[in-house]
Amino acid sequence: MTADTVTIRIWRGDVDGGFEEYGVAAQEGEVVLDVVHRVQATQANDLAVRWNCKAGKCGSCSAEVNGIPRLMCMTRMNLFEPGETITIAPMKTFPLIRDLVTDVSFNYEMAKKVPPFRPKPREPDGTYRMRQEDIDRVQEFHKCIECFLCQNTCHVIRDHDENEPAFAGPRMFVRYAALEMHPLDTNDRRELLQDRMGLGMCNITKCCTEVCPEDIHITDNAIIPLKERVVDDRYDPVMWVARKLRRRKSPT
Amino acid sequence: MAEYETHEFDVIVVGAGGAGLRAAIEASAQGARTALVCKSLLGKAHTVMAEGGIAAALGNVYPEDDWQVHFRDTMRGGKFLNNWAMAQLHAQEAPDRVLELEEWGALFDRTADGRILQRDFGGHRYARLAHVGDRTGLEMIRTLQQHAVHKGIDVFMECTIIRLLKDGDRIAGAFGYWRESGRFVMFKAPAVVLGTGGIGKAYKITSNSWEYTGDGHALALWAGADLIDMEFVQFHPTGMVWPASVSGILVTEGVRGDGGVLKNSNGERFMFRYIPEMYRAETAETEEEADRWYTDKQGARRTPDLLPRDEVARAINAEVKAGRGSPHGGVFLDIASRGSPDYIKRRLPSMYHQFLQLADVDITKEPMEVGPTCHYMMGGVRVDAESQESTVPGLFAAGECAGGMHGANRLGGNSLSDLLVFGRRAGQYAAQYAAGLESRPTVDPAAIDELAAQAVAPFEVGGAENPYAVQQDLQECMHNLVGIIRTEDELDKALEELTVLNERAARVKVEGHRQYNPGWHLALDLPPLLAVSECITRAARERRESRGAQTRDDYPDTDPELGKVNVVVRQRDGDLSLSLEPLPVVPDDLRKLLEDQ
Repeated sequence: MTADTVTIRIWRGDVDGGFEEYGVAAQEGEVVLDVVHRVQATQANDLAVRWNCKAGKCGSCSAEVNGIPRLMCMTRMNLFEPGETITIAPMKTFPLIRDLVTDVSFNYEMAKKVPPFRPKPREPDGTYRMRQEDIDRVQEFHKCIECFLCQNTCHVIRDHDENEPAFAGPRMFVRYAALEMHPLDTNDRRELLQDRMGLGMCNITKCCTEVCPEDIHITDNAIIPLKERVVDDRYDPVMWVARKLRRRKSPT
Repeated sequence: MAEYETHEFDVIVVGAGGAGLRAAIEASAQGARTALVCKSLLGKAHTVMAEGGIAAALGNVYPEDDWQVHFRDTMRGGKFLNNWAMAQLHAQEAPDRVLELEEWGALFDRTADGRILQRDFGGHRYARLAHVGDRTGLEMIRTLQQHAVHKGIDVFMECTIIRLLKDGDRIAGAFGYWRESGRFVMFKAPAVVLGTGGIGKAYKITSNSWEYTGDGHALALWAGADLIDMEFVQFHPTGMVWPASVSGILVTEGVRGDGGVLKNSNGERFMFRYIPEMYRAETAETEEEADRWYTDKQGARRTPDLLPRDEVARAINAEVKAGRGSPHGGVFLDIASRGSPDYIKRRLPSMYHQFLQLADVDITKEPMEVGPTCHYMMGGVRVDAESQESTVPGLFAAGECAGGMHGANRLGGNSLSDLLVFGRRAGQYAAQYAAGLESRPTVDPAAIDELAAQAVAPFEVGGAENPYAVQQDLQECMHNLVGIIRTEDELDKALEELTVLNERAARVKVEGHRQYNPGWHLALDLPPLLAVSECITRAARERRESRGAQTRDDYPDTDPELGKVNVVVRQRDGDLSLSLEPLPVVPDDLRKLLEDQ
């Protein structure tokens, strides 16, 4: 077991804070979160950092490591050159609370606005029948661990707070896609997506897909198909007339 | 006078994993004003890490499966120490709870005819676990979370409860603090449901997250409730052992359910040498028979790799002690030679990912190294089987922090189903209790002032103890002296060390201020951790036999007399007392099921 000293810069304080440098031992096989924990246990007991599972399953320890949004628990120390200084900053898009902890309540507020799953009735035998191949694509979306790295990376809100009220963001588009493509769901969220959730503001630069620790093809498999569905709905003349006649409201 | 905000509800649910979420959903559906209070962000509770599946006798893969067989398997797995009525309700109601999740949007893996697929797991006679690859817990918590949000349940995230409040004998509310601001918060409520999970952070090597500090166990104990079976701590046989920093992280039993086998350094499938008498009649004797069993449940008996967890953990421990371990002190778990890379990646995607990213091991090409890790607490709050009410009026508990359901050892897959079945029941009966009260309890403000003063003491005391160092030393103590194999001498030594650790915890010094300060949060997690550690150690000392998860080197045999009692722990006037109290007697019609081989 080798123990080397590494230099790590961690953001301390609120928005008026700054990076502080720590020299700390790192052992073979460790991840960035291990080293942050060692700083916390031995040098800065009050260092604020969120984490839970430490196995890439809960999505709590999101941060920007050397400028790249990632989970600290899944970032191995051997990714860095020996002697390289590692800089850890909180996610930039969300309001900073303290140190590495940000206020991610935006995501929870957006989640409340998602019209719920509304299943069709069961089969006569009391079951729901679905073929595996019909749910594979939705199961991909259900892999989302809500680390919010995609939200953090999306330039529609990263540098434009003013867009937040009208833009659900990639995580929520994955959620909408999961519902819209669910074989049992009967709810329709297309108008809401276009009019109030900002689906059209995404210009498919795929930054979200690049940072997804679950390798969900957010842009290709969720956002683009949603855009296509909205377009089909909008420009289908029958649907257009029906909408005018019924003055249908978006589901809530 | 302490400053705090006050909220009033009918039912407070503490903990937002599977049990807490399901309880809150049910209490709210019953019309109770319900609040869900949790230490982490919503959706991050430990349930999210559950991998293998939800045990429920749906009979989709084996039509001969039914609740009676599930009941039998559960009781045998628990070495008959289970509360039979809980085991019965659990087996009967689990299928409906799974189907309900599907109705709320969960997407389980499917059979060829489009129904919910079920997988083999240790101790279950038939393939019984509804699952989603190896990320079933994520599917479950997300489904419940989204359902709860749509139902408009009030959620208090990153809020830690440090004490339950009482009015005379009954529950009056709960007191805690916001992690973000450090400000205090008081919940007035006649009914509290504990769904706080387990105690794993009392141990050095554990699959559990930071939250698992025994809060519900300690809150109940301090409120005067009985705890039972605290000696039964489950060590999951397969945690990662290398690299050191990830040791303890869970490797799902699904690996063995899907064909993986355990081997020692000689390449021997050693589990065939560890088949206990109780399971001999239903376990394969040869590798050929064991391999045939995966596809032929009628003509062959199950592989010993899928014996219950207590048996497998002990066997691995013995192999390592005998010098037949893997390079990093575990044994080998091989699925690479047993299935195609495509099959492995499809069935076990997160295991593939976890080993590749954290250990540079490609599980489709080479074996994993695994060893026991502290995983689950069988013991907990003594509850009524139907209502989940504790011995304190108004206090309910469900899931891991409740005791009785799993007896001396829990079967894999029975936890997620436990959360759903008894979370629902706890929420239902808590709401009914609150609605049926003639007068609502009141809270004594002086008691709150005292709690608040205690909570900020670590900022003010003259001590110099580092809370992280105290926790690490506690974890060493429990790991070394109250681990998988126990002796009276070591348990006595642990009690001495716990006394010292309690003194040190009283001298913990916290730096900084109250806003999002993990050092302070940990300082406040130490009292529950120390309380449950003492309960575990004293209960383990009291049960002078080996049974299920309790292995006593000095009492290696099972004592039939001790098979009739629970060890009950309670606190009166600040002192713990222990007693042996009779188990509920299994009715004759159910007893017949247990005798069935």
